[in-house]
Amino acid sequence: MGKPIAVTGNEAVANALRQANPDVCAAYPITPATDLMQRFSSFVANGKVDTELVLVESEHSAMSACIGASAAGGRVATATSSQGMALMWEMLHIAAGTNLPIIMPLVNRALSAPLNIHGDHSDAMGARDTGWIQICSESAQEAYDNTLQAFRIGEHMDIRLPVIINLDGFIISHSIETMSYLDDDVVSKFIGEFKMLNPLLDIKNPKSYGPLILTDLYHEYKRLQHEIMGRVPKVALEVAAEFEKISGRKYGLFESYRLDDAEVGLVVMGSAAGTCKDVIDELREERGIKAGLLKPRLFRPFPYDEVADELKHLKAVCVLDRADSFGGYGPMFMEICSALYQNGGGAKPAAINKIYGLGGRDFMPDQAQQAIEEANEIAKGGKIKAVKDYIGVRE
Amino acid sequence: MKKWHELNPGAVILEAGSAAKFKTGSWRAYRPVWIEENCIQCMFCWLYCPDMSVKTEDGKMVGFDYDYCKGCGVCARECPGKKGNKAIVMEEEGK
Repeated sequence: MGKPIAVTGNEAVANALRQANPDVCAAYPITPATDLMQRFSSFVANGKVDTELVLVESEHSAMSACIGASAAGGRVATATSSQGMALMWEMLHIAAGTNLPIIMPLVNRALSAPLNIHGDHSDAMGARDTGWIQICSESAQEAYDNTLQAFRIGEHMDIRLPVIINLDGFIISHSIETMSYLDDDVVSKFIGEFKMLNPLLDIKNPKSYGPLILTDLYHEYKRLQHEIMGRVPKVALEVAAEFEKISGRKYGLFESYRLDDAEVGLVVMGSAAGTCKDVIDELREERGIKAGLLKPRLFRPFPYDEVADELKHLKAVCVLDRADSFGGYGPMFMEICSALYQNGGGAKPAAINKIYGLGGRDFMPDQAQQAIEEANEIAKGGKIKAVKDYIGVRE
Repeated sequence: MKKWHELNPGAVILEAGSAAKFKTGSWRAYRPVWIEENCIQCMFCWLYCPDMSVKTEDGKMVGFDYDYCKGCGVCARECPGKKGNKAIVMEEEGK
């Protein structure tokens, strides 16, 4: 295992891509993912990888080139953010619907308008229904670890699906953190050789990608797509168990923090989880509030049953969303409520939703405290004032 | 018709040339009719046909493949005929 070093999240993920050594990488720069690809392109220029780096004129072309390279039979990776991913949108569906295991770190950033380059989850949440696997990271270490594991999950022969690895723009991508790399040989043994499936470049066995499928079979193909997604959690856990052996770091479908004896819980994804854990520790020690936290790791497919089991004993839960659905609840709140509602007639915690940190607004400990205190009041029998509300907003 | 669990993931078609099985001639509203005595074998119809539906033998036009001809009429338009008489004319289907 490597020694601890201080790097940015972008540098960590660029090194994960270097160690995975993709055959093809097509990318277009966009803040805050630019620096990730810039670092990777220096690995290409310096001969550290065998990658063919394709410089394209837009993200739509980047994803299109990735799709072509993946169908041809190569290991393929790219990276993007925000507007860049928005421009890829139609190609995201094609990558997933064609079962092409393209690996894409998504350095989460707010969407225009107004124009904003800072971190929130609007881009990732918008890609919810594209058919991509989505894995979420709290830190540079997790972003690195998740990227390595993403190759194994996406390229698994039972799955063959593209994977987005979420990491918060600037907070993770540009902040220097302590983390450690695995040795190159350990990683290449863990990820292994790329296995082709129906490669177009196998010209002795010609085949067609991207057929027209109308009313007779489209419905069936979508049903099949759902089935394949359903295989992901088992594979993700197997890969995580293997990863733990080489890294000593344990990953699940989500992280559960002090939930066992908790009465109130927070659900929060990404970098804000660390702040919340500190506040939970403080409130437990100083005020005896039995609080815990659930941090989703696998966002797609979403592990509804497991999340429901983890939260159902709580009295109140506050779901923090770093993305919004105008005229609706935050996207994570909708997932959590769906998970809890599955519990039939069983007891369910009261649930509230706080929208925080849009456009990179700092998420401070007092906001986590406010969320826990409000959930705690509800747990003690207090009324829900508003199901959805904004936190850290000037009023 | 296949059930969902019998399908190939990603809708990849592993059989080469399978488009030949999908007969598209039923789309046609007008059919090209070949009048052999007016044909000078210029092969313009064969050259212009967007769907390879002009049948040939020994380098000569011998008729149409109605399994795939969609009746676009390009062949009839391009046909120079003989002395002003077209060798291909379009006739309404079902007449």
